[in-house]
Amino acid sequence: MNGARRHIQLALDTRPILPRHVKLKFDKQRERWLLLAPERILVPDEIAVEVLHLCDGKASIAALVAELAAKYDAPEAEIMRDVRAMLQDLADKGFLAENTEAIP
Amino acid sequence: MTDAKSDPLAPAKSTPFGLPLSVLAEITHRCPLQCPYCSNPIEMDRAASELSTEEWQRVLHELADLGVLQIHFSGGEPTARTDLLELVQCATDVGLYSNLITSGVLLTKDRLAALYQAGLSHVQISFQASDETLANRIGAHRRGHAKKLEAAKWTREVGLPLTVNAVVHRQNLHELPDLIDMAVALDADRLEVANVQYYGWALKNRAALMPSEAQIEEATAVVDTARKRLLGILEIDYVVPDYYALRPKKCMGGWGRQFFNISPAGKVLPCHAAESITGLVFDSVRDHSLAWIWEHSPAFNLYRGTDWMPEPCRSCALREEDYGGCRCQAFALTGNAANTDPACALSPQHDEIFQTARREAADGSSRFIYRNFIGGTAEPEVENNDR
Ligand code: SF4
Ligand code: SF4
Repeated sequence: MNGARRHIQLALDTRPILPRHVKLKFDKQRERWLLLAPERILVPDEIAVEVLHLCDGKASIAALVAELAAKYDAPEAEIMRDVRAMLQDLADKGFLAENTEAIP
Repeated sequence: MTDAKSDPLAPAKSTPFGLPLSVLAEITHRCPLQCPYCSNPIEMDRAASELSTEEWQRVLHELADLGVLQIHFSGGEPTARTDLLELVQCATDVGLYSNLITSGVLLTKDRLAALYQAGLSHVQISFQASDETLANRIGAHRRGHAKKLEAAKWTREVGLPLTVNAVVHRQNLHELPDLIDMAVALDADRLEVANVQYYGWALKNRAALMPSEAQIEEATAVVDTARKRLLGILEIDYVVPDYYALRPKKCMGGWGRQFFNISPAGKVLPCHAAESITGLVFDSVRDHSLAWIWEHSPAFNLYRGTDWMPEPCRSCALREEDYGGCRCQAFALTGNAANTDPACALSPQHDEIFQTARREAADGSSRFIYRNFIGGTAEPEVENNDR
């Protein structure tokens, strides 16, 4: 799948990306963000939506955590713990991939 | 993050229904296989009565407008329709997430690649067993199993995620560890281990399919171990079958609460087995808009909420947890769809069905009645047809 790998163990330099079959969508009727996946509809909270938007295959976990820490003026260690737990859980379900292509 | 199955998108418990989340589109009842547990009704829709491409396209637009998020193209065998590609493309255009639920036997790699291009997001292929001889006997198709393996491989090669669906029963439960290995070898993300649900064809074949309690206990243990071993590699969906449970399933999340099904001829059903309840009249997309049907169809409103419930459900604290179980099963086993699902230990029929299940598991004949358009055909007697 063009440079996106499945079944990943997240590391600090992992660049997470939503695979094609997982779609983050704003649902107009229900007025909320949803994550559509095979046979599943997940309901991310506000922070999770923000994290998912940062999973663009360019930013590493370290980079996106730093960005969030700066934005919320919160301790990086805490954010790191939460973000990794959330993303690893998605990865274990097959709903998160890793971009393994070299950065241009 | 919470899962909609467990349910922030569900309507409030006190409201009888919400916005529909996903829809099963059974676009044809035609199928090259003849599984004895097929969930299609005994009276199937003929090809001539099927909705046209234009009718389905109109329906897909209506679904999106109604708030539906996911569509499952199913059947019968959905790939038996030559316009599947157009329908998937239309689903993509209106913003629906599309799944293909298929036996796989009619697929080619080119067709899968085209479906991928049209926006298909996920493929589920059903397997009858992991052993080829057994699989082909259950599906009554000489080359079925080999074709499925090929279709699964192509699915992954074109870049689509794969769910392996295995319908399990007395005659194949011993293969569960092999089915799990097969799903891993096929690079599936998910394995759905689906115990047969006994209405329609499966009810005709119950004696040949009913597992024993010992088989179910073993299966549960096998799944538990495999889930731990395969964390991050294969997700396994597995639910203990109704007949050996104490509480019924919250069937369809409650009748007409969040899901519906469209039959090949356009009837809108609260569940894919609803046509097994004789006497109910289902409205068609040919006569009404989906919005009207979802709100006003008498068949939907009949068992919505809790007002229709008799005892013991009516005064039960759990009535909004499971909505009294499955209406189709209540009808199949008690003759009245409004009764408490006998899967519930509080149903007066519970003991009886539990004993029937035990008896059939122990002495039922293993001969199948195959699904077809002429009301079923019994499997030829074979020597050696061991149970
Ligand atoms: S259960 Fe078997 S016979 Fe029924 S539609 Fe599926 S593959 Fe065809
Ligand atoms: S009595 Fe009815 S509501 Fe209560 S647990 Fe049984 S099926 Fe559910």
